[in-house]
Amino acid sequence: MTESAAMPSQSISPESAQRKVRISVLRYNPQERGSVPRMQTYELEEADGMTLFIALNEIREKQDASLQFDFVCRAGICGSCAMVINGRPGLACRTLTRSLGSEITLAPLPVFELIADLSVNTGKWMRAMSERLQAWVHMKQIEVDISRLEERMEPELAQKIYELDRCIECGCCVAGCGTARMREDFVGAVGLNKIARFRLDPRDARTDADFYELVGDDSGVFGCMSLLACHDVCPKALPLATQIAFVRRKMAGAGWK
Amino acid sequence: MEHGVPLIVGVGLTDHARKSHWPARLDLAQSASGLVLALFMWGHMAFVSSILLGKDAMWTVTKFFEGYFFFGRSHPWIVSIVVAMVIALVVTHALLALRKFPINYLQFSSFRGHMRMMRHEDTTLWYWQVLTGFALFFLASVHLYIMLTRPDRIGPFESADRVWSDHFWPLYIVLLLAVELHGGIGLYRLAVKWGWFGSADAKAMRRRLKLAKWALTAFFLVLGFATLAAYIRIGVEHSDRYGERYVPAQLQTSPVPAPAGGDLRSPR
Repeated sequence: MTESAAMPSQSISPESAQRKVRISVLRYNPQERGSVPRMQTYELEEADGMTLFIALNEIREKQDASLQFDFVCRAGICGSCAMVINGRPGLACRTLTRSLGSEITLAPLPVFELIADLSVNTGKWMRAMSERLQAWVHMKQIEVDISRLEERMEPELAQKIYELDRCIECGCCVAGCGTARMREDFVGAVGLNKIARFRLDPRDARTDADFYELVGDDSGVFGCMSLLACHDVCPKALPLATQIAFVRRKMAGAGWK
Repeated sequence: MEHGVPLIVGVGLTDHARKSHWPARLDLAQSASGLVLALFMWGHMAFVSSILLGKDAMWTVTKFFEGYFFFGRSHPWIVSIVVAMVIALVVTHALLALRKFPINYLQFSSFRGHMRMMRHEDTTLWYWQVLTGFALFFLASVHLYIMLTRPDRIGPFESADRVWSDHFWPLYIVLLLAVELHGGIGLYRLAVKWGWFGSADAKAMRRRLKLAKWALTAFFLVLGFATLAAYIRIGVEHSDRYGERYVPAQLQTSPVPAPAGGDLRSPR
């Protein structure tokens, strides 16, 4: 799955007929005095296999050096280039321009702090969420003995944990979530997926009662209204609907007592 | 090697006041009340639509719920008790569902903007669930109050008179649409929310669930409108005899039609 995740999500058309694409970008720099939100349209010739990431770089290189957007890996691994593409969150590096119409609209992810144009500070939000949910393995002992072999784990279980650990914290699930748009304290699918991941981990000694303290309220799992856009827009195809339902069942059980 | 060091799990958690268990209970209660109401509506539709099989069939269903076939006479108060329970469930469900409603214009406009931006079916369905739920506060209340206070006015002629001569048909058209949309979406959401019908291929299962949801909604809407049309037709035909109770063919030999609430075979 890792290999396929690193590839663009759409197949490349054998047609090489080039067309013009018009990319409209919602531009705004809150740091810049006098800057107002506005749409700016760029026109460029589509190349074979062109992703939005490539297109944006070409615009910045040849047309407008002031255009701001984030990227690091260009392979769907770092999650930096998440943005709203024609109304839906997605990764620019995993979206082929050919899979879209000739008119493309780009906007920054909502919910997160805007840096400028298409660049948002997902890291700040993710860190706050991770600290709030204590998203790390809570071992049974304080002292770590590095000379001792790690506890064994069944490969099937390790695979299950790894599957959920593939989350790249791109923020697409949060930006696509109707609850997160209405209530800013909602932990989002990314947070609930982390709870599911640590609950699976036998090294984590926390009980359901402990996890309930973290997500057992309306800003946690009970705030989720099961709109499932998180599941549908996740660029890593994580089983978010299944995991949120799992956490909800466990937390309902823990809270019912 | 044991260090004899106490657990460090839940660092910081023990310092906090323990979280209330009520969010879990309220969430479960919202789902459970919604499930019971949705299943009740399926049953309700099945009973009401018995008019499509004929007036005698509907009369039999009505009298069954009034205990006529158990006690030998009708007790419409039994219906009132069931209606009172349904009202209690509706109020409970509405109260719990209110927790999810947008609580101010900012939240409402944020969600609506989000919905229009995303064009995502499940997100849009939630909006419709909120709208229909809001409409049901009022539409269902009217219907339930009448059923609570006049349970004896349920029957082939009695219901038809209410639908047509008492001008309930516009309310019932909107109520039917609201109930079927709300219930169908709600049942689908319950299934995905709690992970019922779990499958290795969650996406395919969701597609199947949604297909079933739309099929059920379409089925109950068709059945509901056919039923409403039948009551309207009977109501129009019966409008000049408004108020007259239905007496099935086998009982029409009685010298005087039996009043509701009494023994239908022997006039009081």
